Amino acid sequence: MTFNLFVLPFSLGFIFLFFTMIMKNRSWIHEMDVEDKRKFKSGLRSPRIFFALREIFFESLLHRKMFRRNPMLGYMHMSFAFGWFLLILFGNMESRIYSGFWINPPYYPIFLKFFIHDKHVLPFEIFTVPGFFRFSMDLLLLFVLSGLFLAILKRSRSHWFGLKKTSQLQFSDKVTMTCLWLIFPLRLLAESFTAGAYGYGGGFITQHLGNVLAFLWPLNDKDVAYACWWMYSLSLGIFFVMLPYSRYMHIPTELILIFYRNFGIQTRKGSGFFSEIELLSCSRCGVCIDVCQLNTAAGIQDIQAVYFLQSIRHKQVMNNIVNRCLVCGRCQEVCPVGIHTDYQRLFHREVFRKSQAQDFSFLNGESTRKAEVIYFAGCMSHLTPTIPEAMQQILDTAKIDYLYLDKDHTVCCGRPLMLAGKPVQAEMLIAQNKKTILDSEAVLLVTSCPICYRVFREDYKLDIRILHHTQYLLELIKKGKIPLQAYFRKVAYHDPCDLGRGSGVYNDPRELLLKIADPVKVRNEGKDSLCCGGSLGLINAGTEEKDRITKEALENYLEAKPEILLTACPLCKKTFAKHSPVEVMDVAELVMEAIPKKAGEVMSC
Amino acid sequence: MKSFGYNITEDRQIDFDANDRNVTVFINEIEPSILLCMGCGSCTATCTTGHFTDFNIRKIHTLIQRGELKHLKKEIMKCMLCGKCQLVCPRGVNLRNLILSIHTALEKSGL
Repeated sequence: MTFNLFVLPFSLGFIFLFFTMIMKNRSWIHEMDVEDKRKFKSGLRSPRIFFALREIFFESLLHRKMFRRNPMLGYMHMSFAFGWFLLILFGNMESRIYSGFWINPPYYPIFLKFFIHDKHVLPFEIFTVPGFFRFSMDLLLLFVLSGLFLAILKRSRSHWFGLKKTSQLQFSDKVTMTCLWLIFPLRLLAESFTAGAYGYGGGFITQHLGNVLAFLWPLNDKDVAYACWWMYSLSLGIFFVMLPYSRYMHIPTELILIFYRNFGIQTRKGSGFFSEIELLSCSRCGVCIDVCQLNTAAGIQDIQAVYFLQSIRHKQVMNNIVNRCLVCGRCQEVCPVGIHTDYQRLFHREVFRKSQAQDFSFLNGESTRKAEVIYFAGCMSHLTPTIPEAMQQILDTAKIDYLYLDKDHTVCCGRPLMLAGKPVQAEMLIAQNKKTILDSEAVLLVTSCPICYRVFREDYKLDIRILHHTQYLLELIKKGKIPLQAYFRKVAYHDPCDLGRGSGVYNDPRELLLKIADPVKVRNEGKDSLCCGGSLGLINAGTEEKDRITKEALENYLEAKPEILLTACPLCKKTFAKHSPVEVMDVAELVMEAIPKKAGEVMSC
Repeated sequence: MKSFGYNITEDRQIDFDANDRNVTVFINEIEPSILLCMGCGSCTATCTTGHFTDFNIRKIHTLIQRGELKHLKKEIMKCMLCGKCQLVCPRGVNLRNLILSIHTALEKSGL
C-alpha cells in the first residue's frame, strides 16, 4: 500500500509551494541585469557554491548567529531548522531502505509509519542496525518538540530568550504559525496511535506512548490513528499553502539569498529583485526591535526594521515608518539574515521624494590652488570650530603642505540629501565637490566628518586616498611627525555610526588613543556602539525623543566615569555636548593637547 | 523713457484674504515644531547655502506663516539639507523636516 487519500493535502500544498518558488526565482533571474546575470552564471560554476552551502549549514540550519545572541534562542531555532532537516533526511533514507526503491513519492517518507504499519518491519532492517531508524526518528522528533516547547514559551516569556520585546504578528503569520506548531505534535500522535494499535513498529517514544494511549482509549485506535494522519497531512498542507503569504517565506527565500550573496550579487541603487529577496527573507524574529534606540530610549515601537519590511511587503509604506529611523545601522549589524535594512529604508525614502527637484546652479566651481594633501572639514565641523582648528595646528606642527579646501565655506558632501531620500539630487553636489577635489590634483583627502568620509568613499569614485582624520593622525604619529607627550587621561571612546558600522574604521582611533590616553571599557563599543541621537537620518522626530536617545547613550558611555567622552565626529560631539556632564572632545583635539608646548609659546586655541 | 533716479517697488502689502493658508496649515500639522520658532535667525546665519545665495530660512518661515507661496518653490530648491540650521536652533525646530514638508506640501497643492 503506497497511497491513501489523506496524503493529498500535503501533496497539493507541497506542489503549490514548489511551483511558487520556481516561478518566483524565475522572475528574479529574469529581472537581473547583465552584470548580475554574469555573476550568477559564473557563481554556479565556481567554488563559491560551496561557501554558500557552508553558510546555509551554519546560519540557516545551526543558527550560529542566534546562538551567539542567546543560547536559548539559538537552540529554539536550531531544533526547528536542523531537527526538521534531519528528520527529512533520515526519513528519506529510512523510507528508501524499507521500500527497496530509490525513488519514492515525496509524501512516502513523511507518512512512512502509516504505510508500513501492516508490515513487520524487522526483515527490512537487515541492512542497518535493527531499530536504528526507529530510535533516531523518535529522537529527532523529540528534538523538534523541545524547540516547539521553547517557541510557545517565547511568545509569553521572550525575556528568557534575551529578547525584551518580540515582534507583533499578523493574522496570516498566526495561522501559519499555528499550523507549524501543530505539525509535530500531530506527527507524534499519529505515529503513536499507529504503533499502539498494531503493537509494534514504533520507537522508544512513539511505541510506549502508543501502548499507553491504546490502553487508555476505549475506541478503535486504528480509526483515531487514521484521523491523526489526516490532521497531520492537513496541517502540513495548510502550512505550505500559507507559507508564501506569511513570514515563513523566509525559509525558502533565505537559501536563495545566501546563494546570490555568495555569487557577489549585492543590494544596489534601484536593484529591485534583490531587495525583494531580502524583504522576503525577513523572518520577523524581532532581534532588531531590542537594539533600536528609538525603542529603548524613546519608546517608539512601530517603526523598527521588522515592521518597516512588513509594511513594504504589504505595500502599505507609511511616511511615518520610513522617515522615523536613525539609519544608524544597528539593526543591520544584528540581523541574523544579514538584510541591508538601511539601504531598504533609503530606497523607500526615495519613493517619497523622487519628484522633488533641487537647484544648485548657484554653485559654479571655484578654482583652488594645487596641493598634495587636502583637508575637508565638512559642514558639521564648522559648527565645532575647535576640531578644524586643532587639525590645522597639528598639520602645521607636522609640517604638512596641505590645502584647507572648505576653509571659507563648505559645499555639502551630499550624504544628508541621500539620507533624506534624494540620491539623484545629491549627484549635483557630488559632481561639484568632485570637480574641486580633482582640480587640486591632491593624492590624499583627509576629512574630519565621518558622514563626508563615508560618502567620499562610497559615492565619489575618487582615485585618491581618502582618510578620516583619526586614520591620518595615526599615520603621522607612526611616522614620527607629531611629537607627543602623553597625559593618559581617562577617556571613553564612542564609535560614530558612519565611521564604525558605516565605514568599518574601529581599530585606528583605538590604536591612536592607546598612545595618548587611557581608554576605559565601554559597554557598547565597536559594532555595538550607540548613536548619539543627532543622526541626520532621523527625519521626523521631536527634540524630546532625540534628547532621550542622547541621554541613554551618555549613560552608557559614562558608566566607567571617564574624564573625557571622546568621539571622532563633529555631529556626535555637538549632540553629546548638549547633555554631557563631562567634557566631550574629538580625537583631533586630544592629539593637539598631547603635543608638547614649547616654553614661552602661547597656543592660540 | 527719461530716468529720474526713481523706480517702482513691488507692493509689500500682505493680503491675508487673498493668501492661501492651506499649505500653512498642512505644514504646521506635519511639523508642529515650526510654531516654536522665535525668529532669531540663527538658522539663516549658519546656513551652508546662505554663503552662496540670499537663501533665508527665517524668511521662508515668515512667508509660509503668511501664506505667501509665490517664490517658495524656487527658494527651497536651493537647500542642501545639511542640517546645520537644525543643530544651532535654540528652539529645537526640526528644520530639515520643515524643508521636506514644504516640498511635499507644494507638490500636493500643485505649485
